[in-house]
Amino acid sequence: MSLEIQNIVKIVGADTHIYDTSLKLEPRSFNVLLGTTLAGKTTLMQLMAGIQKPTSGKILFKGQDVTGAAVQKRNVSMVYQQFINYPNFNVYDNIASPLRVAGLDAAEIDRRVGKAAELLRLGPMLKRKPSELSGGQQQRTAIARALVKDSDIILLDEPLANLDYKLREELRDELPKLFADRDAIVVYATTEPNEALLFGGNTATMHEGRITQFGPTSSTYRKPQDLLTAQVFSEPPMNTAKVEKRGSDLMIFGNQKWPAGQGGSRLPDGAYMIGVRPYNVSPTKGGKSVGSFDAKVLVTEISGSESVIHTQIDNSTWISQSHGIHAMPIGSTARLYVDIDQAMFFDANNRLVS
Amino acid sequence: MAKISIENLRHSYLPFPNSERDEDYVLKKLSIDWADGGAYALLGPSGCGKTTLLNLISGLLVPTEGKILFDKHDVSHASPEQRNIAQVFQFPVIYDTMTVYDNLAFPLRNRGVSESVIDPRVKEIAGMLDLSATLHKRASGLTADGKQKISLGRGLVRSDVAAIMFDEPLTVIDPHLKWQLRSKLKELHQRTKRTMIYVTHDQTEALTFADQVVVMNNGEIVQIGTPIELFEKPKHTFVGHFIGSPGMNVLPCEVKNGQASFAGQAISTDNGSTYKGQNQKLEIGVRPEFVTLAKTGIAAEIVKVADAGRFRIVETRAAGSSIKLLLPEDQEIPTGKVNLAFDKAHTQIYADGWIVGEKP
Repeated sequence: MSLEIQNIVKIVGADTHIYDTSLKLEPRSFNVLLGTTLAGKTTLMQLMAGIQKPTSGKILFKGQDVTGAAVQKRNVSMVYQQFINYPNFNVYDNIASPLRVAGLDAAEIDRRVGKAAELLRLGPMLKRKPSELSGGQQQRTAIARALVKDSDIILLDEPLANLDYKLREELRDELPKLFADRDAIVVYATTEPNEALLFGGNTATMHEGRITQFGPTSSTYRKPQDLLTAQVFSEPPMNTAKVEKRGSDLMIFGNQKWPAGQGGSRLPDGAYMIGVRPYNVSPTKGGKSVGSFDAKVLVTEISGSESVIHTQIDNSTWISQSHGIHAMPIGSTARLYVDIDQAMFFDANNRLVS
Repeated sequence: MAKISIENLRHSYLPFPNSERDEDYVLKKLSIDWADGGAYALLGPSGCGKTTLLNLISGLLVPTEGKILFDKHDVSHASPEQRNIAQVFQFPVIYDTMTVYDNLAFPLRNRGVSESVIDPRVKEIAGMLDLSATLHKRASGLTADGKQKISLGRGLVRSDVAAIMFDEPLTVIDPHLKWQLRSKLKELHQRTKRTMIYVTHDQTEALTFADQVVVMNNGEIVQIGTPIELFEKPKHTFVGHFIGSPGMNVLPCEVKNGQASFAGQAISTDNGSTYKGQNQKLEIGVRPEFVTLAKTGIAAEIVKVADAGRFRIVETRAAGSSIKLLLPEDQEIPTGKVNLAFDKAHTQIYADGWIVGEKP
């Protein structure tokens, strides 16, 4: 029961919303679409659902061409960022609505609504109207409605974006558990790299209408094929700089010399782009191959257990995210250390080479 | 600029609240002192009363009881105009048809400030916000974060405001731009030394922005403290849970003769020996950051491992309770049964929710 997208293109007027994209989602998989606003996540989901028709290309479900099939003919559920419920129905009737449309008998509806409500902890709320619920409960109701029918494909478009931070954390924990024993393909869109990481499963990184990489979340994060993927999948943003590799050294920020480290040593001499995640830059020395630089402190953010130091060096911003409290005044000069063995190297075409 | 004091503030939306009934009030007797020039955050879940408090301070609401003082002047009944507070909202409030320049100049022109004063001021603010290049473009052509920057700029442009209040200003901004705008805001505070009050449900935003955070729940202040205090010594289990991602582990426990125990096993704690009470609900609070794998200790079973990039969140179950811990990216994680140890200095006992040994 796989969902396969073959060379899909979506053009609206003069704008290309999705460039030639192919993707195969496996049965019972949890897939994250990660990208900024306008990266094409919603369009791609709507193409999967049949809400939009592709300009060209094919969509296959269980090997059958469903490209032209209307959304009603596809067994799909969708949850949106805005909490969408029927305002006049109570929670029970909201959850039951797709089952009534499908013509199930009352006993079966009762059983399924009860089960979905229990999973989403809506049991005591069943008689209430959506307006009497908190945001989290409203979204839980919408998710319960998506769960209650045995959909083949469940599409979640930033469902947690409008919720409180802590509620988001809770639901983020619960969601994969809810889908774990279902025979469905789940697709989840988010703008947040950390959310994608926590979900695990597979991640497709998206940028301006293209999927830059698709694969197991951990490998997309740790082995991005190109700079763009690494940047889309980094929070705080990844630090980058041009480097010149010469022998066992790297020349960076004009005249600074760093050891090439494990990754750099493997490369032929020449020009590269280096990518370093903020947590591999620290005000304290760590690692076997360490490079250092002095940068102007723009601002320091301290979150209780961590310090995030934003600095300026060579007209670019480098961010350090480290354990402990490192208060540094604005405008002061900070010496920061880079664990070069953890760095990524990209060639002139921005492909990962080491 | 002004020192802002809130004295025994109580607020109800009911026309005739019963002053004996706490539940009639959305805000229940708050007192806060905010020094001039500080960076403060009001943090709490939806419905905790933080927006009500903001509206009371800005003058959109009049308090049922208590006082709001700006530099010792009672402004509880003053109009918003008289209070002189700049506000930045969740969604950008700008004039789409005006240029960026005119948008920034608007609050000053509105108050009859002369153009010769306005011009350098607008340019200075635009420079701080990296808007100089777009000053003469129409605001409608900007992205969401560009528009929100104009809103921030409009809040900052007047030099005579008592305070600037931000009501969840980064909600509509994408994560990578959030980092930029948040650090920009922090930088602006340190440069301008305006009193800034930042209202949010997002602990990361509150902790990284503010020197001091007011944590609210159910219309009450649960703790006022620096980010470090809130992290290291939450006064209430609510604060421990609400701040930190994941939040503090909270486990049922017993304390006998100053010795705490969980599931029959003795646990060394920072404050257990000071506990003298009885008939209270007792809990151990320890953050995931202070739990480690050990050879001996609390027997637990690993039930889930989640990837957080620089570390992994390991969820275990022990005697029916969930205990989370953080392990570095490169540390091998055993499967199945493990033993856990808590860092004594960061393991606290809570009685009926409040930390033992300190008055709530």
